Amino acid sequence: MPDSHAITHDAENADSLREVHPPYLRHHFNSTEQQADTTNFAMWLFLLTEVMFFGGLFTAYLIYRNWYYPAFVAGSHQLNVIWGTLNTLVLICSSFTMAMGVWCAETRRRKGLVLCLSLTFVLGLGFLGIKTIEYSEKIEKHHVPGAHYSMQSFLDPASDPEIFKEYHDKPLMPDMARHTELYFSLYFLMTGMHALHMIIGIGILGFMIFRARAGAYTSGHVTFVENFGLYWHFVDIIWIYLFALLYLISRHQ
Amino acid sequence: MSGQNEHAHHIVGPGVYVAILFALLIGTGLTVWASFLELGPWNPVIALAIATTKAVLVVLFFMHVKYSTKLTKLTVFAGIFMFLVLISMTLADYISRAWGSW
Repeated sequence: MPDSHAITHDAENADSLREVHPPYLRHHFNSTEQQADTTNFAMWLFLLTEVMFFGGLFTAYLIYRNWYYPAFVAGSHQLNVIWGTLNTLVLICSSFTMAMGVWCAETRRRKGLVLCLSLTFVLGLGFLGIKTIEYSEKIEKHHVPGAHYSMQSFLDPASDPEIFKEYHDKPLMPDMARHTELYFSLYFLMTGMHALHMIIGIGILGFMIFRARAGAYTSGHVTFVENFGLYWHFVDIIWIYLFALLYLISRHQ
Repeated sequence: MSGQNEHAHHIVGPGVYVAILFALLIGTGLTVWASFLELGPWNPVIALAIATTKAVLVVLFFMHVKYSTKLTKLTVFAGIFMFLVLISMTLADYISRAWGSW
């Protein structure tokens, strides 16, 4: 079957040979399909290690939330659900533009690909911009775990009028209030690791835009764009869960 | 040999992507709305159910798993299953080890 071309040497078959063996097909693969399937498999294995990495953080969150439930509720009331929702929308749109980018690469639309990658790049930066606003709110209120951490908002909720008028939280005992620091540790660790993945992704996007302008991914070899798409969507999924767990599940109390 | 070529590269078109985009946007609106309702123990259940639905849509369509090889499908499923096993075992340990003394 497909092996038959290996024994044809005549010049009239040279064109069809080139078609079967594009320059990006590595010699240890039988076909471009096999090469694509293999790299897809490898990318998923990498993503599974990422699932385990973030999974550890999610498990820690789950256990501490069960232990120090009132502290986690009070802590999550400090997060701004509007910024969180906006960031979720920004990230979902960036996943969409990335998916469209993969389609442009597959259908060999160079300008479309550059546009999609650039939009993804801008939306990614927008996400980090909003995250910066949220982080600076936490820094102002001394809600960053460490030597300068302040439990004021939890020992005396009325001293934090903006949050108090919305949730009317009861004061926490000092014993429980100090565990809000644990909530913010997990908040900064999880959103921080997510933001680091975004920064790495945006860096690679910049490189890809540069290469895509030269037509790198629109001549048949789309593996890089496709696998980067998988990474970007994975980061989106992590945020979907972070948003639900950190921002939403204690909102009604 | 023929087995490797049975999955010709499937190109997912913009129509599917737009549909998924709207499903994800609606899911986001729904989960924010549901979070302000007083549903007791069902609040986290609903939030996680919506988040999981969104994640499944992203995995199947944006990440093309619906159209990919059996190897990829099995890999994704095995990874998520393993993750759930690890979480269950960890929680079983934490729940049973210090029973009643927290």
